[in-house]
Amino acid sequence: MITLEGITKSYKMGKRDLVVLKGINLQVNKGELVAIMGASGSGKSTLLNIAGCLDRPTTGKYYFEDKEVSHLKSGELASIRGQRIGFIFQTFNLLSRITALANVELGMTYAGGVNRQRAKEALIKVGLGERMHHRPLELSGGEQQRVAIARSIVKNPSLFLADEPTGQLDSKSGEEVMSILLSLHAEQGTTLIIVTHDASVAHRCQRIVHLKDGEIVAEENV
Amino acid sequence: MKKLMGLLGSVWDGVITHKLRSFLTMLGIVIGVAAVIILMAVGKGTTQSVVSRISSLGANTLFISPGFTQSSGVRTAFGSASTLTLEDAEAIAVNVSNIQAVAPSSSTSLQAIAGNQNMRATVTGVTPDYEQVYSVKMSEGNFLSADDYNSNARIAVIGSTVATTLFPDSDPLGQQIRGGNYIFTITGVMQASGQSLAGSTDNAIIVPLTTLQLLGGQQLTKNGDHVVRTVGVEETDTKYATRVTNDITSLLLDRHQISDPTKADFQITSVEALLSSVNTITSQLTLLLGAIAAISLLVGGIGVMNIMLVSVLERTREIGIRKALGAKESDIWAQFLIEAAFLTFTGGVIGVILGWGGAFIINKTGLFTTIVTPDVIILAVSVSVGIGLFFGFYPAWNASRLEPIKALRSE
Repeated sequence: MITLEGITKSYKMGKRDLVVLKGINLQVNKGELVAIMGASGSGKSTLLNIAGCLDRPTTGKYYFEDKEVSHLKSGELASIRGQRIGFIFQTFNLLSRITALANVELGMTYAGGVNRQRAKEALIKVGLGERMHHRPLELSGGEQQRVAIARSIVKNPSLFLADEPTGQLDSKSGEEVMSILLSLHAEQGTTLIIVTHDASVAHRCQRIVHLKDGEIVAEENV
Repeated sequence: MKKLMGLLGSVWDGVITHKLRSFLTMLGIVIGVAAVIILMAVGKGTTQSVVSRISSLGANTLFISPGFTQSSGVRTAFGSASTLTLEDAEAIAVNVSNIQAVAPSSSTSLQAIAGNQNMRATVTGVTPDYEQVYSVKMSEGNFLSADDYNSNARIAVIGSTVATTLFPDSDPLGQQIRGGNYIFTITGVMQASGQSLAGSTDNAIIVPLTTLQLLGGQQLTKNGDHVVRTVGVEETDTKYATRVTNDITSLLLDRHQISDPTKADFQITSVEALLSSVNTITSQLTLLLGAIAAISLLVGGIGVMNIMLVSVLERTREIGIRKALGAKESDIWAQFLIEAAFLTFTGGVIGVILGWGGAFIINKTGLFTTIVTPDVIILAVSVSVGIGLFFGFYPAWNASRLEPIKALRSE
């Protein structure tokens, strides 16, 4: 599915270079369910952003579905994001001024066109059939995260990337969100990478990659 | 197509969420466009009313008036000299080609009396050609004929004001008016002419020039020639205006025995030449008015740019979300550009409606004549869309260049 070879990422901070990733080698196979764990500042979000074509590595090669994409133009990366990748963010990242349904449709706008019926089906699938005309601020955190999941699943992406999906949720809502993500993997064989620092979340995955100071320090199969 | 619909949906969301801000952004354009429409309408209306006043005489007309007199180095006003004569007019009719009518005229002022009414009226002595040269329109009866002229007939054709003043309750046709010691029979009444280049005929009593001579209302020169105030000449076609002017000038210089053309004792005014200079002046004025209004449009455009820059800054996170969902730079760019163009287009349309209404009201008040032409409307709307595209370009470009990661992190 994806292969990272010698990925590094550094940012200019004044005169110094801040190195966030120091040569990451990682392969995730199609249909795999992988957790990336690490303390804050370990570089796990940066790694996820590169995997999601939101950011480019400083050096190294990134193969997405067997295609080297790290040097593609921004428009081509946008196409990959739009068609192939679904993001789940810790802060949900919904547009607050439009309804849940409109937010789900927004996911389709840049991925071939809006289909209202499919958008409604996606919301029903995440258990929000009754609340699709509410705006995000009228929804609980768990419900907002489920809208975000629906926004991704309408596109039928081949890769799901979740950055601390339960980080801002209470344990009950977190459990609901996790069970939706896990069922997506179980029922449709979606490739899923979850960044988390919650061990209980990580242990429900097939493989855990431990990251520390920009390097992979351990991998374990669950 | 689906993508375009999605884009328009995004634009609509952006506009409708910030109703007040969108309205204020539009307001600058609304005022600018309305100002352009109203000022251009006033300019065009004024031009047209001036031009129609002049051209009511016919563009193929020219007027000869006497020059000034000079005694002891003091010049009097043009037209005051007694240098132009009936005999000059007859010579022009005979010797100058490409003309179809020559109308010398002379006026005097006297008290006209009819029944128990009286008024001060201008009595103008004319030849039958006057009707053609001055485009006289009759409301009843006939203009004077060649027979009337040759027989010094005591007949009069009266203007509309004279008719209503002297004959408030009856039909003036066939009735008599007294002027001095003479009695005239009215054979015709002219339509109201309003003000034109040749003055108004509404207050005039028109009699044969020969009759005016009998009244003693006409001066003679030293040679015994009959002095006239004005000679109107109608050319067969406006294209002969210059040639006819030149021919008349040399003929009159010769007759008046003047060798230096700069010392001519007469002046020739061509309606054609007058029209073209009036047209030049008024179209420049209209342009000037339009330019002043365009400045307010420009200010409106800068307002649009300002608001769009703020809007991009405020929606940085939204742009990040859209990019994460697969929006290309061109999608973001198009969204903000269309939003700017939509605001200015709507503002332009509202401005056209207000400007049109304003021009209509100004026309109603009678302060100015206003004319709203389709080309001004099309221009105003397309300029306002152009302003949106121009002033929205930079903010939209700014938005499209945001890096998705940084945009997503912004609060």
